Amino acid sequence: MENPLYLSSSPHIHSGETTDKVMRLVIYALLPATALSIYLFGLPALSVLLICTLGCMAFEALSCKLMKQPLTLVDGSAALTGILLALNLPPSTPWWMSLLGAAIAILIGKQIYGGLGYNPFNPALVARVVLLISFPVQMTSWTTPAPIGSGIDAVTAATPLGEMKTAVMLTGKLPEMATSGFGNYFFGNMAGSLGEVSALVLLLGGFFLLFKKVISWHIPISFIGTVLIIGGIFWLLDPSKYPNPLFHLITGGLILGAFFMATDMVTSPITDKGMLIFGFGCGLLTVLIRLFGGYPEGVSFAILLMNACTPLIDRYTRPKIYGQVEQKA
Amino acid sequence: MKLKSFSGGLHPPDSKEYSAHKPIERCPLPEELIIPAAQHIGAPADICVAVGDQVKKGQVIANANGFVSVPIHASTSGEVIAVEPRLHPMGRELPAVVIKPDGLDQWHESLRQNDPEQLDVDSLKNLIRDAGIVGMGGATFPTHVKLSPPEEKTIDTLILNGVECEPFLTADHRLMLEESERIIDGINILRKVLGIDQAIIGIEVNKPDAIEKLTRDCAAHNIQVQPLKVRYPQGAEKQLINACTGRQVPSGGLPMDCGVVVQNVGTAAAISDAVRLGRPLVERIATITGPGIVEPKNLRITIGTPLQYLVDQCGGLNGEPAKIIMGGPMMGQTQLSLDVPAIRGTSGVLVFREEDLPKMPAGPCIRCGRCIGVCPIHLQPTTIAAYARLEMIDAAENYNALDCIECGCCTYICPATLPLVQSIRHAKGGIMAKRRKI
Amino acid sequence: MLAAVLSIGGIGLVAAATLGLAAKKFAVEVDPRELAILEVLPGVNCGACGLPGCSGYAKGVAEGTIAPNLCTPGGSETVEAIADILGIEAITIEPQVAIVACQGDNRKATNKYRYLGLQDCNAAQKLADGPKTCPGGCLGLGSCERACPFGAIEMTAENLAVINREKCTGCEKCVAVCPRQVIKMVPLKATVHVLCNSHDKGALIRKYCQIGCIGCHICKKTVPEAYVVENFLAFADYEHIENAAAAIEKCPTKCIRDFSTGYPEGSSFPPATVPVKHPAA
Repeated sequence: MENPLYLSSSPHIHSGETTDKVMRLVIYALLPATALSIYLFGLPALSVLLICTLGCMAFEALSCKLMKQPLTLVDGSAALTGILLALNLPPSTPWWMSLLGAAIAILIGKQIYGGLGYNPFNPALVARVVLLISFPVQMTSWTTPAPIGSGIDAVTAATPLGEMKTAVMLTGKLPEMATSGFGNYFFGNMAGSLGEVSALVLLLGGFFLLFKKVISWHIPISFIGTVLIIGGIFWLLDPSKYPNPLFHLITGGLILGAFFMATDMVTSPITDKGMLIFGFGCGLLTVLIRLFGGYPEGVSFAILLMNACTPLIDRYTRPKIYGQVEQKA
Repeated sequence: MKLKSFSGGLHPPDSKEYSAHKPIERCPLPEELIIPAAQHIGAPADICVAVGDQVKKGQVIANANGFVSVPIHASTSGEVIAVEPRLHPMGRELPAVVIKPDGLDQWHESLRQNDPEQLDVDSLKNLIRDAGIVGMGGATFPTHVKLSPPEEKTIDTLILNGVECEPFLTADHRLMLEESERIIDGINILRKVLGIDQAIIGIEVNKPDAIEKLTRDCAAHNIQVQPLKVRYPQGAEKQLINACTGRQVPSGGLPMDCGVVVQNVGTAAAISDAVRLGRPLVERIATITGPGIVEPKNLRITIGTPLQYLVDQCGGLNGEPAKIIMGGPMMGQTQLSLDVPAIRGTSGVLVFREEDLPKMPAGPCIRCGRCIGVCPIHLQPTTIAAYARLEMIDAAENYNALDCIECGCCTYICPATLPLVQSIRHAKGGIMAKRRKI
Repeated sequence: MLAAVLSIGGIGLVAAATLGLAAKKFAVEVDPRELAILEVLPGVNCGACGLPGCSGYAKGVAEGTIAPNLCTPGGSETVEAIADILGIEAITIEPQVAIVACQGDNRKATNKYRYLGLQDCNAAQKLADGPKTCPGGCLGLGSCERACPFGAIEMTAENLAVINREKCTGCEKCVAVCPRQVIKMVPLKATVHVLCNSHDKGALIRKYCQIGCIGCHICKKTVPEAYVVENFLAFADYEHIENAAAAIEKCPTKCIRDFSTGYPEGSSFPPATVPVKHPAA
């Protein structure tokens, strides 16, 4: 034998599941939503997507080089962050804001903590929230979809949640759009960020991830379930002031957030019980912000706030180990 | 019958097709047998022969050293040509007796056949100890110790481990198919020693022929055959008990703490030989397999046969070997060379080539939680491993590192390909060192 | 506006006053000598004194429950300063540094197997006593580098640990963590060392290492007072090292090294300066 044998600690086989495969699957799951956003919003959407994705990858490469660490682009996490960031931005985002967002996501959201696996907050959401607070005008300038080839011009419009918030604040009553006929939002017929326009395609991607066991059901179900239940309670209390829970479901970034952002493994709890609590917290905060907060949409804030609670949740949701029952008895 | 199982675990490709259909073949005697004094958990035996001695098959060549120890026997007749440290499967040179077989393979004249019906419990236990019987699943814990629970523990169930959940290994499968009468005889002796009736054989449903055969043969003996869902590590004592009875072994405790004794089917067969035929444990069945072996086989091997010789009986190496594993791929030990001998715990020899090895660089943990989902003990492997890397031994202990059974599920599933089990072992070592200090 | 300024200012004043009073009222008596000692300690909490941190050591010294000369990282300056504070005579300590007594990196020494797994020397050592064929050689997985609180240890590209004499404070953390006992404590005044840790016979060593001590006695024949050979391994006799360097050229395997002319191959450290701070005793 020319080379000495390998010795290692058991086990000696591996499932073949790797981080880059996980990331790639999430990117695949987002493809329908990205494709639809390009179709609905045209070139502006494409440019936001490209700038965010390539920007994130470039900043990742840059920070690896600056910190003399091996290049981590292959794991796909930077590209994923870029896509998620783009899906959270309005199609009219100027190029420099997209680039700034990419820089914030990768450098401040991720690399200063030590890179993949060490960031406490979802990098894409950190960038979105920083942009939202810094550039409220650009970040809340929405346009209606203008599908490629349809000849329709995009016009400035508020998001359904924005419209509802304004109406409720001014009149104390729900506008008409929030009480009836909002079903067509389900297919993407509303103003909004790239990724929140169609609940349908996002659900497709979400079910793909569930099916592939990339994510578990705990966070999406408890997140969405909480929104439906809490939102439903308010609706029952006063249907003229609080919208139907289904309105909560299909408008805004709830589906995107519940399936793709809150399930970010790095920033969510690792135990099943912890994930349920995490999803509940996200749902509760989302409804409270939407109904009573200053911002029309609360998914990003809710997830970021719950990200901060993740270590605490992990600490108190340790699974009961095998053999602990009898010991106490 | 309803399939039972435990919670956690996973199902790696079982790769048993290499050898599952191959009947057991007897491996001929090699030029020399290397018989180490340490072949079991506990104190190594004291060698009591010298160079030049003529020994017979089954003759004691090393005496048990204390209660948790067993004697070692010559596995064939011949001449002792060396008593010296030889490379041991543990990875270092340890005392061994080297025997040059005379080809006659003569049993020692002192060995007598017995009728288990006529013997009392203590003489049965002594026969089992003197025959050097240890757990044949690979753990090699002296069997007589397991059969001697303290007075205050009541045992009500005997579980026979026919799970063989490690991928690649098929030795127990073939044993159950071909030699069920030895197993059943062993079970009857075990039941007599323990003074109980209930006996369950746990077998995974990927061995339908073995389930069918044993169900048929056991019918007359009041032994229950329990089919189990295919799930690794079902053959681990704690998981098997949970699957078969629903009970849990208390954390830090032993199976006897929940009224159960678990024995491997191979151990039961060896007990039958030891008692009925008076033959000590000098041979066992092992699976020689893996993509690096030309013709994988199930061999009846003489203890002390060098691995190289076993491989030669299976058509030799298929390409250049990169990793040689004694045992299964999930919990087996890698070997320095094919010069090491097969010992009592050698359930298999597995040869991988360079291209068969998973070699992915370890990345950072992405907290996906898969290790927690598959951990059969419901630990948080990634948390313990992180503490181990930071040398935070107390925190690792607090997260129940000592309960880890090192089954390897977490490392197998980890997308960051972190050596989680190895880190946890490191933590366990640290905890034990700390406890010794106090 | 004014109301806001006044209210915030008022809250601030009240809080400050409360804190000030609390600090006076609940003040804990501290031996002033303890604080003074803490001042002169290096403050890296390395544990070389046997206590978890510098404050614990300062407390112990001030109470007289622990010897005042155990802070090796601080060296004789610290010991003298502590002695001053306590008003006692300084008991000087011979400053020591750690060396890695091995030069068998990946190119010069063979491995009996290829190791896969946790990049930690203690983990590797558990598998068949480590991948290095040599039973005493540096495994090169960097456990000492990570244990060093002073950043004094580097791993060369060919996986050999090298300790910088100038940065090493002699806290012995690396000695404790090394599974192969290849790290030795030596007097700081000495710069010439035999860098080998294998007692195997020469013929065997030549099979697995190009730069190990083969026990040939040539160093001892060249400078008899400076070397001893025990069990096929040479050691420098640090009591008589004045002429030790003369044997370096004669050593057939080049396993004797003078750190003042350069560190082992592959190290980025500049040659060591012979210490002037601590004159040879």
